[in-house]
Amino acid sequence: MATETFFTQQAANRRLSWLLMLSVVALLAALGLAMGFGLTADPVASVAITGGAVALGTLLALGSYYRGDELVLAASRAREVTREEQPRLWNVVEELAIAAGIPVPRVHLIDDTAPNAFATGRDPEHASIAITTGLLEKLDRDGLAGVIGHELSHVRNFDIRFALLVGVLVGSIALLADMFLRYAFWFGGGRGGRRGGGGGLQALAGVLAILLALMAPIVARLVQLAVSRQREYLADATAVELTRNPAGLERALAIIAGDREVLEVANRATNHLYIVNPVKKVEERSRGLFSTHPPIVDRINRLRALRGASPLSSSESSALRALEPDGGRGGP
Amino acid sequence: MGSTAVLVILIALVVLIALVVIAGIALYNSLIRLRLRVDEAWSQIDVQLKRRHDLIPNLVNAVRGYMEFEQETLTAVTNARANAVSAGAAGPAAAAAAENALTATLRSLFAVVENYPQLRANENVMSLQEELTTTENRIAFARQHYNATTRDYNTSVASFPNVILARQFGFTARDFFDAEPEAAAVPEVRLR
Repeated sequence: MATETFFTQQAANRRLSWLLMLSVVALLAALGLAMGFGLTADPVASVAITGGAVALGTLLALGSYYRGDELVLAASRAREVTREEQPRLWNVVEELAIAAGIPVPRVHLIDDTAPNAFATGRDPEHASIAITTGLLEKLDRDGLAGVIGHELSHVRNFDIRFALLVGVLVGSIALLADMFLRYAFWFGGGRGGRRGGGGGLQALAGVLAILLALMAPIVARLVQLAVSRQREYLADATAVELTRNPAGLERALAIIAGDREVLEVANRATNHLYIVNPVKKVEERSRGLFSTHPPIVDRINRLRALRGASPLSSSESSALRALEPDGGRGGP
Repeated sequence: MGSTAVLVILIALVVLIALVVIAGIALYNSLIRLRLRVDEAWSQIDVQLKRRHDLIPNLVNAVRGYMEFEQETLTAVTNARANAVSAGAAGPAAAAAAENALTATLRSLFAVVENYPQLRANENVMSLQEELTTTENRIAFARQHYNATTRDYNTSVASFPNVILARQFGFTARDFFDAEPEAAAVPEVRLR
């Protein structure tokens, strides 16, 4: 049963990763074609620009696949730690790597008092986990084992590959589109009079705007797919299968979700990687934009069921719900 | 007319045989892969048991000076370790029994350590304690992983159609590493 789920998840993640990389190349090709015709209206130049866009897309996809983890770790200001610096953390990671039957990942620390953790990389042989110093201080050995178990199951399931590609590719595509859009508007507005080129540029800007509008829901859906409830529940369940200790992860989740501090280094491109949604700012919470994580009360109650405990009382539930970005309703 | 029919049947037969052979090769390879995973998991247990055997003399030496009234506990640990080291060559069942006995003596040693505040203040003892805690966990996790891979392998060997190939090529079911009954709970070797 368990192995079946795990292989199914692995296969799905490999497939989705391929699909995502191909769509990025295709999307850039379409953008290149639109730009080529919009700017030059010359077939040869259009083909050249499209070729350039395809090359850029391929480079972007390969770059994200092979070096994206370094980008994510650097953006999160994570530094690699040695066994001598953190013997206990290393021991816990090595123990659970044995339990999961995967190589020991690289271990990173983020200097931040808000407790949280994530895993990244392209496969179990090239994986990293990062945890905040706050998490290390606030959790006991069992809680730490629960969190590391959760992260290592993301590693074993290849969730890390797809989540990494979503973060880096979608992030850089959004950035590129933004850049093109500004460039187009700037030229379109500033030099509108020359050779009637302004009309072409304005048409191009229109095409880009339409493409972006088309892209937005797809992007949102992708990020949701990357952190579907299914993935998080499966990682929680696998963590318990590895540690044989539901109470440890349960306590850890409650501590992470109950902490009011904001993780400064998390951003739109990396939010979905964390074990518990790092967005805790009131203004973003009220907007309810980031429903990428399943509600914590649900996750805790599932873990309690595993060890035969009764679900959280309504006051405990509402206390935890109040801390979540979207009032604990979870994503669609 | 007749010869074309014969030809079609011949080609169909050849294709069928080729498909069966390809399926057989795939099955054989999957059995090999599963058995390799079992062997790897087993060697991981060995590595961790060896690690424990190497750590114990250090721990015994570190605590000996403080524990003059508990010499029999220390002797029991030392003897159990010697037994476990020699039982390692006698196969999984014998090794499991000796290692479980060693776990039991270690547990009573840690129970005794709790009565000595000087030991709990000693950094060397504390770091040995952490190393032994992690080693106990690693052994438990390595067994758990070994049993999981063995279950996959045994299931595969016993199910149809693999069972035909498995008999032919000598893939036999492996023993599980039985944990002692009370070890189903997390090994408790912590001081606090």
